[in-house]
Amino acid sequence: MAPGGAAGLGFLGWGLLIFRLGQQSEVASLAEDLLSIEGLVTAFPGPQGELRAVDDLWLSVGRGEVLGLVGESGCGKSLTALSVLGLVPPPGRVTAGRMMFKGRDLRRAGEEELRRVRGAEISMVFQEPMTSLNPVFTVGRQIAELVLAHRQVGRREAWELAVEMLGKVGIPDPARRAEAYPHQLSGGMRQRVMIAMALTLEPELVIADEPTTALDVTIQDQILRLMGRLRDQSGAAFLLITHNLAVVAQMADRVAVMYTGRLVERSAVLELFDHPLHPYTSGLLSCLPSRAPELGVRLPTIPGVVPPLGELPPGCVFSDRCPRVMERCRREEPELVEVFPGHWVRCFLHHQKARGVERRVA
Amino acid sequence: MSEALLALEGVSRVFKVGAGFLGSRRRLLRAVDRVDLAVRRGEVLGLVGESGCGKSTLGRLALGLLRPSSGRVFFQGREISGLSPRRLRPLRRQMQIVFQDPVTSLNPRLSVGSILAEPFVIHGLARGREAWRRAEELLEQVGLRAEHARRYPHQFSGGQRQRIGIARALALRPQLVVADEPVSALDVSIQAQVLNLLADLRERFGLTYLFVAHDLSVVRHLSDRIAVMYLGRIVEVAPAREFVEPPMHPYTEALLAAAPLPDPRRKNPGAPLQGDPPSPLDPPPGCRFHPRCREAREICRRQEPSLRAIGPDHLVACHLR
Repeated sequence: MAPGGAAGLGFLGWGLLIFRLGQQSEVASLAEDLLSIEGLVTAFPGPQGELRAVDDLWLSVGRGEVLGLVGESGCGKSLTALSVLGLVPPPGRVTAGRMMFKGRDLRRAGEEELRRVRGAEISMVFQEPMTSLNPVFTVGRQIAELVLAHRQVGRREAWELAVEMLGKVGIPDPARRAEAYPHQLSGGMRQRVMIAMALTLEPELVIADEPTTALDVTIQDQILRLMGRLRDQSGAAFLLITHNLAVVAQMADRVAVMYTGRLVERSAVLELFDHPLHPYTSGLLSCLPSRAPELGVRLPTIPGVVPPLGELPPGCVFSDRCPRVMERCRREEPELVEVFPGHWVRCFLHHQKARGVERRVA
Repeated sequence: MSEALLALEGVSRVFKVGAGFLGSRRRLLRAVDRVDLAVRRGEVLGLVGESGCGKSTLGRLALGLLRPSSGRVFFQGREISGLSPRRLRPLRRQMQIVFQDPVTSLNPRLSVGSILAEPFVIHGLARGREAWRRAEELLEQVGLRAEHARRYPHQFSGGQRQRIGIARALALRPQLVVADEPVSALDVSIQAQVLNLLADLRERFGLTYLFVAHDLSVVRHLSDRIAVMYLGRIVEVAPAREFVEPPMHPYTEALLAAAPLPDPRRKNPGAPLQGDPPSPLDPPPGCRFHPRCREAREICRRQEPSLRAIGPDHLVACHLR
């Protein structure tokens, strides 16, 4: 970039900065960190040394906040959630970083402590409820068992709570539906059951991994509205993992974008959609048909394919697909830097504007 | 341009489902019910609807892969619905399909070159080195490289495998391609590449597409006209440009309103569509959409609306439009 251009941008940047500071304070007030992931590395042994499926990840979720974690398949977004819950499938394991939840490091927590946290303090909603609900028990019983495992209550009370929760998630005639087996319910109803289950113990954090991906669009709409309403009522924070940028636009307060295990950009949702900084983020946004300027035009694309973990390019992981690649990008990997308050990006194009850095852990 | 390459007239397809002991409690599922639809030569006709609405069954009926239980299917003016498989075979060259899942639709034990050479061999158009050379040519036409012919399907990414699926459909220079959810299994950045490829190939080879998908934004982008299906029936057919604002079928309006917008400043409007789609085993009387329709009136419960024109080239099956 020409020096004159940089100076011009700098000036514009200050204008935006002042504007954004105003926007940011509002986000900051509600975002006292509930979960803070610092330099997380989750790796699998590979034939040529370890493969880092999640690499140097920095992320926080504030109380009552919806954080959208987006990326394409294989970017490590689901594995991030499993890392938090201590559920990384072996031989994978967390090899570095801290995962602070309400002031304690979940990575250092024992199995017993993690079991108490899962379900009661952090719960999960998965993409396909048919595989996460037990097919041989009624849905009411499954919720009641969860209550019995975590709370000192009697069977009748647990069952009543289960029925109450099914009603809260909009299942008609909950007392009768509690007696149904998962296969007797539609996909949308099963996902409502999963959400009821996730909220039963009043967790502070709900991790929802592609909660609407398997659903039809009219059912997705119902479930997203339900999640929005329950979030307002319960005050729980949501870590919403999805590949769908439209879902993130409608639901999230802040967004984090992952690519091949790295966090490449993180900011408030309006900021990300209005001023994406990373070329990967802007590429993802511009290739959506519904953001095309008119019907039938050629869609902008990101050339090439996501490289397999063992074949990442040297330097920046996006350098082999980036339309704005520079010489430096092929040699060095950029750090995650804060360019505007609360807007972080891992890209050399913005390094000279950096205000702060989150450094790779050793 | 308005000549129909493919025409369906009153086409229904019934499946027997559910089996009590010795098949006693069999019930009839009307997956596609009395559909009239024409695909014009050179156009892209999008077919949208939610899962179970019968759109994939309709695609297979159009290709003669399934026989209609009643009604007739015409291709290039000739009825194909009654033809024996042997008589149908020469016509098959003219009509091809691209499937949703490029993993399960490619034989993992054959090299990509062999997969792509197969159609030439089967139809007696080329053999051996010549068939292989044509396979390499196809790979280049879909944006892959000739040397990829030696590789096996598992050595490709999802997007590349879908390109191979498209190459196979194009091998015999068909007139009509039915694309059944061709991009819904692909990542966002790859979706755009494949949509562009489909548009390029249409231009280059003068193809006609029946583009079956659930994602209205994808369908709208590629299609000239769009047909909307609900519970086995076509409820609306209109030019893609008109799929923006009312008046439309209340179901189409609901589909549009339900799709989340990739823009945090524009929140999804209004109240959501209530309930699940009813089972096609037991469709409601009258208009099939009436139990979920906010505007439903008495007549909608009693009488099934038929498709009629409400504007140029715009058909709607609704009593209230």
